[in-house]
Amino acid sequence: MSRRARLLVLAFGGCGLALLFALAAFRLPDFGGTSHPYGQRTLPNAIAHHTPNVISSINFDQRAFDTLGEELILMASALAAVLILRTVRAEQEDAAGKHAYGPAQVFDALRITGYALLPVTIMTGVYIVAHGYLSPGGGFQGGVVLGSAIHLVYLSGDYPALARIRPIPMFEAGEALAAGAFVALALAFAGQVTAMNAVVGLEVGSAVVLTLAKFFEQALLVRKDT
Amino acid sequence: MSDALIVAALLLTAFMATAVVLTRDPARQAIVLSGYGLVLAVLFVVLQAPDVAMSQTGVGTVVVPLIVMLAVHAIRRHHTREPDERDDS
Amino acid sequence: MSQFLYLIPGWILLAGVYGIVTSRNLVHAVVCLSVAQSATYVLLLTIGYQRKATAPVFSDIKPTRNVVDPLVQAMTLTDIVVGATVTALLLALTVQVAKRRGTVDPDDLRSLEP
Repeated sequence: MSRRARLLVLAFGGCGLALLFALAAFRLPDFGGTSHPYGQRTLPNAIAHHTPNVISSINFDQRAFDTLGEELILMASALAAVLILRTVRAEQEDAAGKHAYGPAQVFDALRITGYALLPVTIMTGVYIVAHGYLSPGGGFQGGVVLGSAIHLVYLSGDYPALARIRPIPMFEAGEALAAGAFVALALAFAGQVTAMNAVVGLEVGSAVVLTLAKFFEQALLVRKDT
Repeated sequence: MSDALIVAALLLTAFMATAVVLTRDPARQAIVLSGYGLVLAVLFVVLQAPDVAMSQTGVGTVVVPLIVMLAVHAIRRHHTREPDERDDS
Repeated sequence: MSQFLYLIPGWILLAGVYGIVTSRNLVHAVVCLSVAQSATYVLLLTIGYQRKATAPVFSDIKPTRNVVDPLVQAMTLTDIVVGATVTALLLALTVQVAKRRGTVDPDDLRSLEP
């Protein structure tokens, strides 16, 4: 299809979508109104189950089965990304020996800030996971913080150090164990909000680390072959 | 007052989303995307959703832009075929 | 009247779709898809908002206090994190396309031959 024809089709479809969307939007309840039938039904349950953070209560207690599905999507796509990006044999041979990556040249201020922030960030991540039932936070958010925290080492210019503190097989095992534990918890003990937060935190953190590790491998390790 | 704040945050979000789409170079787009993630997080805080804002900050400003940057880097390595001479407006 | 605010997520969705259709680079297309996806977050949270209500966390407020809709927030929250890994998967596929075909311009990828 030519560019022109494609734009015409897009204009037609876009106008139709815009029209239908606007018609639907003006039939919605007023912005900021008090009509939230589903949300209101979740509140008494959350309070009855002693989970002050209603969002955690919904995710891991009232709709834990739904979260199980999301969790498996997360695991499946992280797994697929890792599989697709695996280095093939030719690249591995090429990568061996030829490219030694020492610490890069970065400003001392950046390096020191990176190392100083690392423990603080990991602490924050653990706090967010552990306090998920009480205050805003939980496994999903804390897992992302934990998973991205260790990449501060890369920001400090030291990729080999990052590779050392990030043993891939351990994170693969962590991901698998956490996924299994979450399935067991969601099916048998739904409502253990703190335990589920911890398991989800481990799983999300491992998924982030594994995916980023594969992308780092593709972008950095086998780079100078041309 | 809070309504004005919400309208301002929503308009800023729409503006940044358009900016992300219109930035055609993926390496620059990663940076604009990071800014869009931050604006979205601010919008979520204004809409009284601290949990969502937290995960949006982590994902939208750090993880996704970093993955985009690394993907751009990895792709540049494999770029053998030059794009044909077509007007790229 | 205040429903005009619901049109903004519609705009974000259309902007993302426009970016995908006119894209000359698969990475750009994937990022535009994530922008289109973010329209759903904005729509859900604007629908769940309630005036003079606070965040649905009862650790320091009375249980009788009005709060905004927690259900849409829970749905958005998980979707943001899961969406990021799906974006990562799409980018991994893009890297693989670049490896096999030497280009990421969708216009140069018409045939399906390897």
